[in-house]
Amino acid sequence: MRYAVIGGGPAGLYFALLAKKARPGDEVLLVERNPPDATFGWGVVFSEETLGALRDADYETYTEIQNSFARWNAIDIYYRDTRIRSRGHVFTGISRKVLLNILQRRCRELGVRLAFEREVHELAEFENADLIIGADGINGLVRRTLAGSLKPALTLHPTKYVWFGSDLPLDAFTFIFRRNYHGLFQVHAYPFDARTCTFIVECPEDAWRHAGLESASEAESIRYCEALFAPELDGRRLMSNRSLWLNFQTLKQEAWHAGNVVVLGDAAHTAHFSIGSGTKLAMEDSIALVDALRRHRDLAAALNDYEMERQPIVERFQEAALESASYFEQVGRYDGFDPRQFAFNLLTRSRRITYVNLTQRDPGFVRGVDTWFGAMAAGSPDGAMRLSPPPMFTPFRLGGLELANRVASQARRDLNATAQTGTGLVISQFVAVSLDGRVTPETPLFDLLYQDHLRGEVERAHQNGSRVALQLAHAGRRGSMRPSSEGIDRPLREGAWKLVAPSPIAYTPHSALPREATARDIAHLVKLFETAARAAASCSVDAIELNMGHGYLLASFISPLTNQRRDDYGGSLENRMRLPLEVLDAVRAVWERPLMIRISAGDWMPGGVELDDAVAIAAMLKTHGADLVHPVMGQTVWESRPDYRRLFGVPASDRIRNEVGIPTLADGSIATADDVNTILAAGRADLCLLDAG
Amino acid sequence: MKIGIGLPTTLAGVSGELLTDWAKRAESGPFSSLGVLDRIAYENYEPFVALAAAAAVTRRIRLATMIVIAPLRNTALLAKQAASLDALSAGRLTLGLAVGARGEDYQVADVEPRGRGRRFAEQLEAIRDIWEAGRIGPKPAGSGPQLLVGGSSGEALARMARYGDGYMHGGGPPRAFAGAATRALAAWSDLGRPGRPVTWGMGYFALGDGPAEAAAQYLRHYYAFTGPFAEKIAAGNLTSPGAIVDFIRGYEDAGCDELILFPTIPSIDQVERLAGVIH
Ligand SMILES: Cc1cc2nc3c(=O)[nH]c(=O)nc-3n(C[C@H](O)[C@H](O)[C@H](O)COP(=O)(O)OP(=O)(O)OC[C@H]3O[C@@H](n4cnc5c(N)ncnc54)[C@H](O)[C@@H]3O)c2cc1C
Repeated sequence: MRYAVIGGGPAGLYFALLAKKARPGDEVLLVERNPPDATFGWGVVFSEETLGALRDADYETYTEIQNSFARWNAIDIYYRDTRIRSRGHVFTGISRKVLLNILQRRCRELGVRLAFEREVHELAEFENADLIIGADGINGLVRRTLAGSLKPALTLHPTKYVWFGSDLPLDAFTFIFRRNYHGLFQVHAYPFDARTCTFIVECPEDAWRHAGLESASEAESIRYCEALFAPELDGRRLMSNRSLWLNFQTLKQEAWHAGNVVVLGDAAHTAHFSIGSGTKLAMEDSIALVDALRRHRDLAAALNDYEMERQPIVERFQEAALESASYFEQVGRYDGFDPRQFAFNLLTRSRRITYVNLTQRDPGFVRGVDTWFGAMAAGSPDGAMRLSPPPMFTPFRLGGLELANRVASQARRDLNATAQTGTGLVISQFVAVSLDGRVTPETPLFDLLYQDHLRGEVERAHQNGSRVALQLAHAGRRGSMRPSSEGIDRPLREGAWKLVAPSPIAYTPHSALPREATARDIAHLVKLFETAARAAASCSVDAIELNMGHGYLLASFISPLTNQRRDDYGGSLENRMRLPLEVLDAVRAVWERPLMIRISAGDWMPGGVELDDAVAIAAMLKTHGADLVHPVMGQTVWESRPDYRRLFGVPASDRIRNEVGIPTLADGSIATADDVNTILAAGRADLCLLDAG
Repeated sequence: MKIGIGLPTTLAGVSGELLTDWAKRAESGPFSSLGVLDRIAYENYEPFVALAAAAAVTRRIRLATMIVIAPLRNTALLAKQAASLDALSAGRLTLGLAVGARGEDYQVADVEPRGRGRRFAEQLEAIRDIWEAGRIGPKPAGSGPQLLVGGSSGEALARMARYGDGYMHGGGPPRAFAGAATRALAAWSDLGRPGRPVTWGMGYFALGDGPAEAAAQYLRHYYAFTGPFAEKIAAGNLTSPGAIVDFIRGYEDAGCDELILFPTIPSIDQVERLAGVIH
């Protein structure tokens, strides 16, 4: 076999040496445009598992790498003039230059032909090669030449970053957050030997512009950042190495090979630097590719095998990297957090790390968070408390109402079956404000009979220590359906009733066409909710939840997919919110206890409500006196594109709580106490709805 | 967890006699159900016809389509076939439906693949109605066959939660099943269905010192439409008692209600061999 490797970064060099080692008779040529010592960037981070893979692949380089490593186990978070340290995280770092030199030496030793200072301009230069390996980085020639077959998709991240070095000696992975009047700047810094560290500065694009960095020279950028981070740098310098301000690009590609050309490392995929895994993924690609070539005689089969093995792994990393990147892109929203909560939130930014993981790594840190959380929940923010339960078992005050713990549950039918589980708050089943507002014939109507029944139920729930929220709603076009035991959204065949909605659009192809609500209908609806709220006061329920979500009547006014009115109640968001807000105002006027609002924070459908809209909606609800927002997702239209991943409703709760500044109840596949504690401690919600499952 | 066995309807050279023999042996063995797969542009037996043959020679064992590609079929006729099979087998049918994955099947059936998801949702909405309304007989025992829905997208899970009795998974290691089952449960709960969805899983096996390579060949061929993924499926074939036991344990731990193991070798000894492993 004749291999031509384009690019002498970690991916190319490691592939070259492994391939040559596997079959010394093969010809391996590696071409790199730069001289052997010219390398941009500073240090890179590895994890323990990567080291294991490197050991098995080539013991010689592994030992050398191992000897050049810096090791540490702490993460430091500088935020608002305090430093929070969390331990128990194992990291190792190495200088990129040292790593490349080790790999280059080993390549030479094994007989790889290294051609430095040669830039490749077209693939035709390697006509004689059996396999061309594109290891030429994110903007590589190979990927661009073969775009038609590889089908690349590039996402440009919105923040600016620059990669510096520093002679600051660090003993921890270090995050620094600093706000000046240009905006919020953050540093990702990590050591790679005893004297030097990588020092990446990241900021939103507008802050970068305000600070004049757009037109700044390298030296000016350095001066700006040195001044900004002077307290942490403590007199040390920042060093540049072709340090330009860039936007990170996430690269995904459908295929990683075409004909006799294969890509690996950054030429195949990238993952945001904040989870520090680019070099590791690049070198693991090399290992997998050489293994696949060894296993198969047929080249196509080998390349397929390589791609199949690596793609799912890389996708998982890319997903975690995206979650991490979007955390850093939006970190401004957590700017008001207490440092302990800020740190916990940062450490749990991708769903992989939870409360329990952190407790295992650093029990002291989590105890500190618990103590702060408990003290705050008990209303003594000086932290007088010594022994605190985990966040889910701390009390929560909603308006004047005290909940014994932070777990809420949704009653399906009987309140008490649910209250007996010990949750602090039980939300009743859907209770209709009018006969035609029922979902099914089994949906309770909030009439005198039901109020009587409810009084008894609430009393018993109180005896169990639970508080009760009455969920008031009108089904709108999702009414007149069969009981849920027979399925959902299956229209009644007998005993059907007439439906009303903002616009005459049926919910499913088989369900009845609703009548377009008239001005009189709308006025009447407001009255219905108001009357119900008045009556609720006499039922000793502790809170009311108005259901403005899941495609029911009020929700269908909010979404442009279901509201096509041309009067004051349709069109702009302000208009679509008019009826929901009139209802909220009318209820607020007669109901003094806590008022919760359930909204669909996303329609999961193009053209529908998205998270940005939900934030605006929540802000209006807050202005009109809502005490808590309970975001749910979807069901606005019958066929949408739902995403039922674990914790699917948490991002909405997070954004609404921290951008609008209103308490939230997180809901959506929250199934474990660990998840509840993670969400609460990280400040992504004030209450969690635990899925009964 | 119950364990069923697949009928060899997609394997080359299976006679009617072998098929009914297979069904009879499975009936007298430890198996809860007989499963069939569905393709059109392939040399396999039509699922309802195959299950009808099996129904004729069995009394106890459940009959399951895993799955039938619904959008390729006329809804009323599909509902009628299912109701007929259910009635003729005294209520033993579990009807698994999904949109399928092979463009070729849509092509030969002359059905437009675009919009198939939405059409499938409409079919699901209609099928129960048809069974219950009674205008298109026969009247099924109870409220009709157990109706399970397959597919891995969020859309598929929402359809399952609205109209199905549960979820049918398309195969893979236990971890893949567990992930899908968790999302199925999330959809179920989100849509407000009481209780929990029934979940079925599937796997492939080949036992004995027989031609393991032939079995892998078959899987590569059957899944050729997935491109390089077919290789992975072939590699996942369970070819030793130990692998089967581990697989079963993994599915059980993931909360699977019923697991169907499909043969990859068209030889009757496979039934006995599998029975020996799961006993
Ligand atoms: C700010 C930042 C921080 C990072 N931190 C980390 C970290 O902590 N840990 C980590 O693991 N990863 C980190 N990475 C990622 C890491 O740098 C890359 O993922 C890794 O270097 C990829 O290796 P590669 O060999 O695929 O590509 P590269 O390292 O980009 O190498 C490509 C090589 O190809 C050469 N080349 C390109 N085109 C041609 C051509 N036409 N002819 C000849 N030669 C050519 C280039 O000169 C270069 O040497 C970070 C990245 C960034 C941007």
